[in-house]
Amino acid sequence: MNDHVDGNMLAGALWQVFRPDITTAEGRCATCGMTGPVASLHVYTAAPGTVARCAGCQQVTLQLVQSANSMWLSTAGLSYLRFPNQLR
Amino acid sequence: MSALTPGFRGHRRTESDRVPPGQYLVEDFPVLSAGPTPSVATDGWTFTVVNETGERTVWDWTEFNRLPHESPTVDIHCVTRWSKLDTSWRGVSVDTLLADVETAADFAVIHSFDGYTTNVPLQDILDGQAWVATGYDGSPLTAEHGGPARFLVPHLYFWKSAKWVSGITLHDEDEPGFWERAGYHDYGDPWLEQRYQSGW
Ligand SMILES: [Zn+2]
Repeated sequence: MNDHVDGNMLAGALWQVFRPDITTAEGRCATCGMTGPVASLHVYTAAPGTVARCAGCQQVTLQLVQSANSMWLSTAGLSYLRFPNQLR
Repeated sequence: MSALTPGFRGHRRTESDRVPPGQYLVEDFPVLSAGPTPSVATDGWTFTVVNETGERTVWDWTEFNRLPHESPTVDIHCVTRWSKLDTSWRGVSVDTLLADVETAADFAVIHSFDGYTTNVPLQDILDGQAWVATGYDGSPLTAEHGGPARFLVPHLYFWKSAKWVSGITLHDEDEPGFWERAGYHDYGDPWLEQRYQSGW
């Protein structure tokens, strides 16, 4: 018995996440619980990667590391990102 | 642009032996920071070593400054591709800080007052390879460069040399730090260009 399907099943749902404008998505800081659009984060770029911090508590919410052929996105400091449903 | 004098070429060749692949030399000292510069006062400052069983050794600023200091001159290499030769520091060797710490740990995590962490194998910070530096170029270390004290482990990419350092914890297992969890290489040898985690 197969109790799961493969990751291709995520494509439909995650299409909403990986759409062009992520800045309007609402993030919740995992440290202090403050919510706000991604655009309201405080972003530091003079670093080995890009670091976004919560505007409320300054804790790291998101990190972006870019090499010539890859990009790593860490959202460990966010408890969620909320995306408005898209018309399909 | 071919009219370089032989002397100049010779000079360049000597320096380039000291520049790891993919790096360029700078004369200034770029400031990199993943957040606002914390103001860490020497009043109330402590440096704490915690071994793998939880035993703590703590120095305050006065006690730390009474420890024997060294003045290493080293080349530093930032993963953002700049290298700087012959930087002169003043600080306490990690050998001194760990001299009376009982440990059989294989790994260390360097901690900063702003929550930053970075991991190194313990053997990479012993035997004269790493310091906790409070001085740079003859002056007290400025806040923008990590003062009052920063870690200094020059044979690894400079993100391992944590600014605003607050202590070292020792571990039996490797515990990736702030950048190492986010895509940067676990070890970070500039001569092997260990910049990023390898892909799948
Ligand atoms: Zn917060």
